[in-house]
Amino acid sequence: MDFSTLRALAAGNSWGAVLPELLLGCLALALLVLEIALPKDAHKRIPMISIMGQVAILGLLLANFSVPTVETFNGLLMQSPTGQLFRVFFLLSSILVTVLARVSLSRQPGPRVEFHHIVLVVSAAAMLLVQSRNFIMLFVTLETMTIGLYILVSYYRTNSRTLEAGLKYLVMGALSSALLLFGIVLLYGSAGNPLLPGSTPDAMQFAALNGFLAANPHNFLAGAGIVLVLSGIAFKIGGFPFQIWVPDVYEGAPTPVTAFLAVASKAAGFVVLLVLVENFAPYHWLVEPVLAAMAAATIIFGNLAALKQHNVKRLLGLSGVSHAGFILLAVASVGTVPGAEGAVYFYLFAYLIASFAVFGVMTALAGADDTNQELSDYSGLGRRSPFLSGILACGLGSLAGIPPFAGFMGKLFVFVVAFKAGHFGLLLVAIAGVVVSIYYYFGWIRAAFFSDASTDNNPEPADATTANTSLTLRVALAALAAASIILGFYQGPLGRLVSGS
Amino acid sequence: MSNPSFDPLLIAVAAPLAVAALIALGMPKRVVMKLAYLGFATPAAMALWAWWNFADAAKEAHGYTFVSRYSTGLDGYGIALKLGLNGISLPLFVLAGVVGLAAGLYALQSNASHMKTYLLLLLVMQAGLMGTFASVDVFYFYFFHELALIPTFIMVGVWGGRDRAYAAMAMTVYLTLGAMLSLLGLIAIYSKSGASSFDLMAIKDTLASQPFSQAAQKHIFGLLLFGFGILVSLWPFHSWAPLGYGAAPSSAAMLHAGVLKKFGLYGLIQIALPVLPLGALHWSHPLAVTAAVGNVLVIGLVTMAQRDLKQMVGYSSVMHMGYAFLGIATGSILGIGGVVMLMVAHGLSVALLFLLSTSVHRRTQTFEMDRMGGLAHYAPGLAALFLAATFAGMGLPGFANFWGELPIFVALWGYSHWLTVVTLTGTVISAVYGLRAAARVFFGPKSPGFSGVVASHPPVDIGWGERLPALILAAALLFIGVWPRSLSTAINGALTNPPGSTVAAR
Repeated sequence: MDFSTLRALAAGNSWGAVLPELLLGCLALALLVLEIALPKDAHKRIPMISIMGQVAILGLLLANFSVPTVETFNGLLMQSPTGQLFRVFFLLSSILVTVLARVSLSRQPGPRVEFHHIVLVVSAAAMLLVQSRNFIMLFVTLETMTIGLYILVSYYRTNSRTLEAGLKYLVMGALSSALLLFGIVLLYGSAGNPLLPGSTPDAMQFAALNGFLAANPHNFLAGAGIVLVLSGIAFKIGGFPFQIWVPDVYEGAPTPVTAFLAVASKAAGFVVLLVLVENFAPYHWLVEPVLAAMAAATIIFGNLAALKQHNVKRLLGLSGVSHAGFILLAVASVGTVPGAEGAVYFYLFAYLIASFAVFGVMTALAGADDTNQELSDYSGLGRRSPFLSGILACGLGSLAGIPPFAGFMGKLFVFVVAFKAGHFGLLLVAIAGVVVSIYYYFGWIRAAFFSDASTDNNPEPADATTANTSLTLRVALAALAAASIILGFYQGPLGRLVSGS
Repeated sequence: MSNPSFDPLLIAVAAPLAVAALIALGMPKRVVMKLAYLGFATPAAMALWAWWNFADAAKEAHGYTFVSRYSTGLDGYGIALKLGLNGISLPLFVLAGVVGLAAGLYALQSNASHMKTYLLLLLVMQAGLMGTFASVDVFYFYFFHELALIPTFIMVGVWGGRDRAYAAMAMTVYLTLGAMLSLLGLIAIYSKSGASSFDLMAIKDTLASQPFSQAAQKHIFGLLLFGFGILVSLWPFHSWAPLGYGAAPSSAAMLHAGVLKKFGLYGLIQIALPVLPLGALHWSHPLAVTAAVGNVLVIGLVTMAQRDLKQMVGYSSVMHMGYAFLGIATGSILGIGGVVMLMVAHGLSVALLFLLSTSVHRRTQTFEMDRMGGLAHYAPGLAALFLAATFAGMGLPGFANFWGELPIFVALWGYSHWLTVVTLTGTVISAVYGLRAAARVFFGPKSPGFSGVVASHPPVDIGWGERLPALILAAALLFIGVWPRSLSTAINGALTNPPGSTVAAR
């Protein structure tokens, strides 16, 4: 047998290019080893070890931040500045999830270390996902991520609502994978048809597929495949009409997992979407209206449905749907406006910071039943815990998109690119959405601050005094609030990165 | 271009923010009270310094002075913190400094609960106000406005009076809508002008060579007019104003009604008129009619019917915005110059009225004018100041408001005779409600309700804590009233000289 073909293949493998993912995987395995190796009373140190390890990887990543844009593994992956940016993003989110989980898991019976292990594996998969440039790679990493999330969503398995959420997420996730696969198959099949011009045997590769699409800009099968692939991704980001699972799953999942779903899973979906939109460029005539319609419907649905929520997890879930709509507004402008991706990236970072601030406060205030977090639990929080209520106000203010928080800049960039792309009707929808969202975000802030003792007919919750804030959580929350304000005033390197100057 | 080593505009914005940050970091209350004086006095001092030096300072493009530029990393989007003053922004910058100082001093002696948070929010608001009028960059002009707006909502919601939760929510939703529409308009100017920069100077330069099409001007001006109109309480989008002001704590009402609300008018004059002259022409007639009939006549009559002192001041401020819109609608240099004067004068006088209303409330325990009477006997100093503020509001010569209203009326006569007649009726209306309020509160026999209050809490005249901020405002009104040239030279220079000031001649 001739090894030269294999050797040529192996020459394309550049393992150094996936070092952060490899390190993350090793750390994940090390956690499991430590659980066996360490004595029982040292187990509570394992989450801290996980945080330290991730911070070290983050430091390593930032030290070697600038990389050239090259294909690795024979085009399976693409190393790029965007990939680096989102490696940082997913590392930040997994660090924060671990911080939240330390607090949340301490209230629950059951195994702990596995949770931290799975978080690391899911993050590594997300990091590979956003760099993949091949449908096989995309599907494998996406499934690795999703299967990890199936477990995490139903992690508090003694709670019936958590189990319900896990089942719903499993069924919906399977459906979305099926749609995605069907779309991939249609694309692969039509691109492999030798009767069509530009047909390619290697249609799994995005670049090759792009060439085929450019040669056949109005192929029905390919168009159907594109719509199906987009639908599969729309599940991940919670875009209308694939957002049905969001409120129930967000409510039932453990709060740190809800944060993980809301931030990391959604961001991964959006970055993949951007890559796909770029490669589906010849079908811009199809992709843009589909995304624009989805954006409008998502904004309207998310905001209207969030108006009447009393459970804060459902409220955040539905408001997250509306945020997905705002980001879709920018995604729909990609291809028309150069540099529109930057608006998406900035929005995602602002959303990460604000969401984790709010989820952190929720984690600190949650009782033994993690699914039961009502708006009324927040009445009088301003008096009970000025620190947590201040963080909450920063987070919600940023989500609502008011200055001086980072969320405002995110919305501004989205509006600017949408305007440049000429989506005027969508902008009016978006503005109506912002005004409506102000109502429910301020309703929450009002519950925390404005309610005075005389009109307060429901007494403070019994476990109100036991707001559980570890030092790590406090430091993380303070850092998030500060980051939100600083990014609102001074965008600095991140601003330069996303504005392309 | 290098930035000056002494940048009064940046200091005026940064000083209150720095003090606010120190408060947020947990300074003890004793230190906070001292620092807050510094936080409120520094912007006022910087504003007066800029006023004093404005005439002699070197002018850059479009008549701007004290220009500085700081990058925040968004140069790719054409956004940078660019500060500078021209003849239109200088008067408002001074107004923001003076009213901010008065509101701050009044807040410091007010014994509000949670004093530290209250001062923190006021300082953030003050920084936002100074920044709004000092920004050359259109984005920061909006950004600082929002920065000042958010504390208002919180202050109404936490420290407000009657119906505060409802008022705070209504104000928030309504004003957010207005702000969002105007943001859309500003983005439209940014992206359609082709300057790919939010810098107003760059936008004006670009438009000088390739102006907007008439259709684009019409649409963008319409967006800005509705957005700013909501923010400035143009009839029929005014309903948040009396509600919000009625509930707002006095310092917040002073800053919002006195200064922040001028944002919309300022935006129309500084940005919309020079950049979109044809749009302004297109909208001028409907705007003039709405302002004259809606704001002046209808709201004037509504104001007359008010029984609640604070509500009355709130409605009267809505009514006076009608004059300002009329001046803008005339599109003449005289009328627009009058609007700038009126903005300053009205800002000072309405802030004074809100301050004094709260002082009246402290002595009568009510805002119901039917349950007052004869307060002048107990508080002659308060009565004198209140009368002065009322006269100023009516536009009596000797006060700054006169120099705002007179040019507007003269310009309006050249624009439309019948509108002038309608508007002049307004001055009679404002005399009626102003004098009647003064009479009901301070003169005549005591109402039975007030006799009861007098028996339990005998009222005393205002002390220096309340008197000092009131005197600052009254002195400013008189100073501009007797020496209007101190401002009008700068305003005239900005409206006549610079290229690109394409105010339509009529």
